[in-house]
Order: sequence, then C-alpha cells, then structure tokens
Amino acid sequence: MSDDQKQAFDFMGFRKIASAISIILVVASIALLGMRGLNFGMDFTGGTSVELEYAQAPQLDEVRSTLTEAGYDQFVVQNFGADTIVLVRLSESGNDQLAPEIVDTLSATGNELKLISSEFVGSQVGDELKEDSGLALLLALVVVLIYVGMRFQFKFGIASVVPLAHDVIIVLGVFALFQWTFDLTVLAALLAIIGYSLNDTIVVADRIRENFRKMRVGESWDIINESIHQTIARTINTSGTTLVVLLALYFLGGEAINKFALALIIGVVVGTYSSIYVSANLLMVMGVSREDLMVPAKEGVEGSEEEEQPPEWLNRM
Amino acid sequence: MLNKYPLWKNLIILVAIVIGFIYALPNLFPDDYAVQITGARSSTEVNSNVLDRAIKALESDGIEVKSSTLEDRDALIRLTSSDDQLRARPAVQAALGRDYLVALNMAPSTPSWLKSMGAGPMKLGLDLRGGVHFLLEVDMDTAVGQRLEAVSGQIKRELREERIRYRGGDVQGTRDIVLSFRDEATRTEAFDLIKRQYNEFLLDQRTDGDELQIALTLSEAEVSAIRKYALEQNLTTIRNRVNELGVAEPLVQQQGSNRIIVELPGVQDTAQAKRVLGATANLEFRMEARQDAASSETEQFSFRDERQRTARLERDVIATGNNVANAQQAFDENGQPQVSITMDSVGGDLMNRATRNAIGRRMAVLFIEFRTETETKMVNGEPVESEKRVVEKGIISLATVQSALGSSFRITGLDSIPEAAELALLLRAGALAAPMYFVQERTIGPSLGQKNIDAGMMSVGLGFILVLLYMLVYYRGFGVVANIALTVNLMLLIACMSILSATLTLPGIAGIVLTVGMAVDANVLIFERIKEELKSGISPQLAINSGYSRAFVSIFDANITTLLVAVILFAMGSGPVKGFAVTLCIGILTSMFSGLMVSRSIVNMVYGGRRVEKLSIGGKLANV
Repeated sequence: MSDDQKQAFDFMGFRKIASAISIILVVASIALLGMRGLNFGMDFTGGTSVELEYAQAPQLDEVRSTLTEAGYDQFVVQNFGADTIVLVRLSESGNDQLAPEIVDTLSATGNELKLISSEFVGSQVGDELKEDSGLALLLALVVVLIYVGMRFQFKFGIASVVPLAHDVIIVLGVFALFQWTFDLTVLAALLAIIGYSLNDTIVVADRIRENFRKMRVGESWDIINESIHQTIARTINTSGTTLVVLLALYFLGGEAINKFALALIIGVVVGTYSSIYVSANLLMVMGVSREDLMVPAKEGVEGSEEEEQPPEWLNRM
Repeated sequence: MLNKYPLWKNLIILVAIVIGFIYALPNLFPDDYAVQITGARSSTEVNSNVLDRAIKALESDGIEVKSSTLEDRDALIRLTSSDDQLRARPAVQAALGRDYLVALNMAPSTPSWLKSMGAGPMKLGLDLRGGVHFLLEVDMDTAVGQRLEAVSGQIKRELREERIRYRGGDVQGTRDIVLSFRDEATRTEAFDLIKRQYNEFLLDQRTDGDELQIALTLSEAEVSAIRKYALEQNLTTIRNRVNELGVAEPLVQQQGSNRIIVELPGVQDTAQAKRVLGATANLEFRMEARQDAASSETEQFSFRDERQRTARLERDVIATGNNVANAQQAFDENGQPQVSITMDSVGGDLMNRATRNAIGRRMAVLFIEFRTETETKMVNGEPVESEKRVVEKGIISLATVQSALGSSFRITGLDSIPEAAELALLLRAGALAAPMYFVQERTIGPSLGQKNIDAGMMSVGLGFILVLLYMLVYYRGFGVVANIALTVNLMLLIACMSILSATLTLPGIAGIVLTVGMAVDANVLIFERIKEELKSGISPQLAINSGYSRAFVSIFDANITTLLVAVILFAMGSGPVKGFAVTLCIGILTSMFSGLMVSRSIVNMVYGGRRVEKLSIGGKLANV
C-alpha cells in the first residue's frame, strides 16, 4: 500500500468519530435484536421444512391455498434458489410425519413434484442448541480474554475481547435488521468471525507492544498510530484475500452456505475496522503505557527491556 | 550462513510434502457405483458361488460389471453408471433371495498400491452424498420407572416367599419405592432381607401416620447406570435394525447422554426407514405341543434358519421378549456356547409357573419380525415397487427344560459361538429398553448432494485461483512462494483429513475455503515485515531473516488464539459446526507449517547463500 516514507496517516485522529460510529452501531444492533429479534432457523426453533422440486414453476399462492385448505396454519412458502424449487416451513414440531403428509397433499393437486430434502427438528433440541451456542460464544470470549491477558497484559485482553463482542453484536444486528435466517451455519460463521477478528486484533496489538518496547520516545498516541500504520498493508491484504474467497463462496456456494458467506463477509469488514478502531482506541482510553509492557526486569540483568525475541527453537526450525 | 536451510531441514519438508501428496491423492480418483452384498445373518456366508450368481444375473440383464471383489463378510460389485446401479440392486436381490442383503454403495477406487499404504479418500457427509439423518431421543424417565416397577414386584414376591407380611408397596415419584408394614418386627425382618439383596438402593426406615415404612431410593450411581444401560441397549437394537435395512456404511452413534444419531447414506424413503427403526421385533416363549394336544390349541412354525424344519407349539404364550431383561452369550461347563437370559420379575414368575410341571418337555423361543418388504411387479412393462407389511414368526431355539426355570435361565444346545452371540443379540434386540422418539430428521436428496459437492468444489477452486492471482500481482516473486505454500497447505489439509478419515461436509468445505483465504495471512505478515526491514535500509538477506523471525511472534499468537476458538467450537458444537471446526483446526496447523517452513525453505533456496541486490517482493522500494 504505502511504501513511501510519508508521515504516518493519523488513524487515531478519527478515533472520536469512530467511537461514536461504533457505539451507535452496537446500540442500534442491540435495539434491533431486542425489538425485531433474530429470525431463528429451524435448527433453533424446531419445526418442519420440506424442500420440493416442481417440474413446472408453481404459483406460490396456489401452494399456500392448497396447504390452508388441507388445514395447515403457521407455515411459510417461498422459493429457494430457483423458481421451480419451493421451500415449505412449518413451525409445528410435534409431528414427525409432517413432511410426507405435505408431499402427499401438494402432489394430490396434480402437480408433478419430488422431494429434495426435508427436515424435522423437535422444539426441545432447538432450545438446547440455543443455550449451547450462547455458551460456546461466551466460553470462546472468556478463553480469549484469559489467553491474551496472560500472553500480553490484562488491558490488551480487554482490548481484544471487546472488539470481538462488538463484531458479533453488529453481525447479529444486521441479521436482525434484514430478518435473514439465523441457522447453525451462521452460528459457525459467527465463531469464525471471532477467530478472524481476533487474528487481526492480535497482529495489531503485537505491533503496539513491540513498538512500546522499541520506541523510547513518543506518546502512546504516536506509538499506536505508528503501529497501525505499519500493519495496515497486511491488514488490508489479508482481509482482501479472505474477502475474495468469501465472495466466491457467496456467489457459487449455493443456498445452503449463502448466509454463512454473508455473515462472514460482514464480519470480516467489521472485524478489520474493529481491530484498528475499537481495539486500539480502547488501549488509548485505558491509558496503556510503556510500564504496562515492560518485560519484568531480572535483577542485575542489563537491557531487560529488549523486545521479545522469537523462541530459540524457531531458529533451529 | 544466512538464509540457508541445512539439508536435513529441507529433507523433512520434502518428506512431509511427499507424504501429503500420497495421502491426498486418493481423493482424485472418483468413487465407483457399486452394489454390496452381505449375509442377512451372521451365519450366512458370502462366497464366490454367491458372487458368481449375482454377476450372472447382472450379465443376463445386460448390466456391465466393472469388477467384483470378495471380502471376508461381504462382496462388492462395481458398476459403470448410476443408472446401472439402480437397476442392479433389484436384479441381484432377486437372484440371491432373502438370505442376502443388497445395498447401494459408493466404492472408493483407490489404486491398490495406495491402499497398501493405508491411503483412502475423505468420507463424504450426508449433505454431500444424500441420505437420511435421524436424531432419536431415549425416554430415560420411563427406563428408570420400568426398572423400579420390576424391582418392586420382585421384592414383594420375595417378601411373600419369606412369609414377611407387608401392607402395601408402590413406586413413588421418579426414584423411590415405599413399602409399608404393620409392626416393627416384620419391618426389621424385611429391612434385613432387602439390605442383603438390593444394595443398589439407599434404604430409609420412616413412619407415615401410623404406617411403618421402608423407603428404597435409587442411588445416583444406579440411576446413571440404568440410563447408560438403556442407551446402550437401544443403540444395540437400533444398530441391529439398521443392518436389517441393508444400508452400506450406516452410522449409529450416541450423542450426549440420551440421544442417538442414525445416518443412512443413500436412503431416500424416510417412511420406510422410520418404520423399521421404530419397529418392534419381539420374542415369544412357548412350550412344544404334546403329541395328543388338540390341533386347535397348537400352531405349526418353521425354524428361522431351516425353513423345511417345523415344530408344533402350543398356542399359549408363556412370556414375551418384553420380559427379557438381559441376554448374554456365555459358555456352559463343557465349554459349549449358551445364552444366559435374565427375565424381569413378571417374566420370571410366568416362566417358573409354566416350567415347574414341564420338566423334560421342550420349550421354543419364537422370533417375531415386523418387516416391510418391497415387491417389484411388472406393470405394463414398467417395474412398479409396492410395499407390504409382513409379520414373520420363526423358531430360533427349541430346547429341553431340565429344571424349573426362574428369572434367569439359559438356552443351550447351540451350534456355534456366533449363533449364540446372535441369539443373545436378537433376544436383547427383541425390545427396546426404553421408548424412543424422533426429535430430528433430515433428508437430503442425491441431486442436492451432488449440487452441494459441485458448488463447494467450484467455490474452493475459484477462491483458490483468486487468492493466487492476488498474491502474484501484489507480491510478484514472493507471491509465487506464497502460492506454492498455499498449494502445499491445501494438499496437506486434504491429506490430514483423509488420514484422520474425517468426514467432509458442506460446512467443512466452507472451512477449507476460509482456510485458503486466511492461510496466506502468515506470508502476508512476513512479506510486509521484510518490506519494512528493507525500507529501514538493511540488506535483503538480513531483511529476509528478520522478517521471518519477527513476524513469527504475531503469527504464533494469532494462530494459537484462533485455534483455541476452533477447539471450543469442536467441543461444544454439534453436527455442521463440528465439521467446520475440524477443518479449521487442521487448517490452522497446516497453514502454520506451510506459511512458515515451506515458504522459508523456498525463499532460502532462491535467495539464500549468495549476494542479493534486490528482492522481487512488489512495491516501489523493494525494486530500487
């Protein structure tokens, strides 16, 4: 990106605006989650879904009226991928024979159709899944906090976990806003976002730590700014390659992983932003200082402030 | 010397790449369409004679046979197309009859030299090959309740036998039995008896109003033992039944403490699968009819193994499989195989009453099967499949009663260990230990599976090429290095998954795609670091060296944290999330190897050990 020796771009100059944007986005997301809620997929709510392929594209209204006449209520009929493919979702989860019944009902009208896939999830399984997933997300955050806290310093731990929560909440907010289906694959995407965003945050944090130890002059402001400047090319390139792949996945991966790719695309963009503005910003706010990062001085050893060296086994590798 | 890898280091990398190549290779050979023949019972042998009959039947139908193999317990016939495969199954089934199960299968076509090294392709998950997925839940409360009922009956019977009078006794709540007595003396007597025999209960003497009571409470350990038994028992039963379905490579697996996953690749008819899984195969114990018995009181049955052999049995049923608590294959004092049967209290009573006066007569164990048979009829030249429900009863054992039987007895006179083991299995499979119901079900059509594979492959391919281009344009010469490392990474990832025989699912493919995107991160970090070092004016050789070693700390921290998240995903997630986590975990490890070592090795080979003026790493400064 910027190989020339120009003055480091003043990233932190935008920090007030960025903070405002982040806070607004997070608050809006939480509000959306509270008001509209997530459109949970069947994995979580329980229910029955039937995917059918018609020989000729059917009128969805007709399909709906056929089902209503047959006595079903609380169902959704929509096209799935192609106009000959129809997805019927029912919230009812007590009856595990629903799928074949629906096929019978719909084919009784004389339409030629075949069952592509059907799914039935009991509501109890769905509830447990919701709990387990929430737990998995929380656990992931706690483990990250502990690891980074140990490996770097506690302030860095906070500064790496908060952006993760920030990213997850915003992605959830977007899903709530558009009422996209939130299913298991999207959950996997959320966890991948945690991994990815963390990756980004750690790289920036690592450089901040290194610069604090190396640069003996300069305010925290300058050091953080410089660190972001030094890593920005890498941040953009890695996000670029990941986004390129995700776009391929989004356009070619098919319906089943469409939302997965979408969640990740949003997550990568937000995650890249948050590793710069949320994480570094937090470090500023918490007033990270050189003293926080000093390698504990061993008595009588000179130059204990040396930057961290890669472990010795690496050089043998 | 700077930037020179010693020979052994290069050799290790080379060996890793060669091994990776070999184990990733089988995935390039497409699977063959095949039909698999197995014996319907463990005693049925699949030999070359059977295979020849099957092949002849196929040839007479004009179905081309690619090759055939005979293994220990099954035979595999490979065919050339999916159409042939669909036609072949009914043809082979018709030729071989009901003693054999014919299933559709996909046979890996790994060349034998690869197979001899233990290499094989990745398994495809249900979402990629089509099939049915069920999640069944075992009703544990009922399992514990049934056990309590049985024990309470047993205790009351023993009290009667010991002439200890009790006023009442009932199961209370979910894990208590409460017995009440008239006076202190009988209660003490009963207490001693129960304490001797039922140490799985916590005993408590208490009074309720004017009643003196003994409360038996199942201990926590015993409750979990019952639950465990119920789950294992149901797993066995379900496995047994899945085998009856004739599905190649079915999966029956425990999930959590009370659920069972059943995956049946290739099965499309969920209704049939559910009927069989939920079916209640059962047993009946009946006495052999006396010679002079009226024919209205007897019934003729044939043996399950030998259709010609028959026996006349009484119409009265002594007990059923629902009364069998457990059955084990064992050996008698002469080392002959036998089956030890434990009946529950009701069954024990019934058995005792019936056999007390029938010593010397023979008792039969009758196996009752509810099956669905698919019949293929030719209607107007088109084969039409129809199903019908069949109840089939066959004698599995007819043995002389040597003494009055109680709640545990044994069946001897069995021919072989497998026969005894199978009888025990059938006896156990006769009834589920606890009721089960379906809590999740997923059907994936074969066309959808193929579509998913195609979509997945397309996106991996395109994503991969785009990343290669991106790196090439941005980093020039070093981009090539990163691209080689990325290719090695993809190869190693596939090799690792094949070696671990991990199952590839759609989310798994997504995981691979994501790994491809993120794997270059290590190299991007290193290259940016090298550029920076160059900018600060040090020589290219030094820049390479410090670029690699300084970037390491960041790469290590970033990957370890991501790995932690992936491991949590694997431990906590289920189904699709797990598949994704596996690929992500492996991908992180292989990408660290390829990003750090493989790329370093190449860079060293190109630039190491000589004077270098400039590096081909893209950007203005590097090319000065």
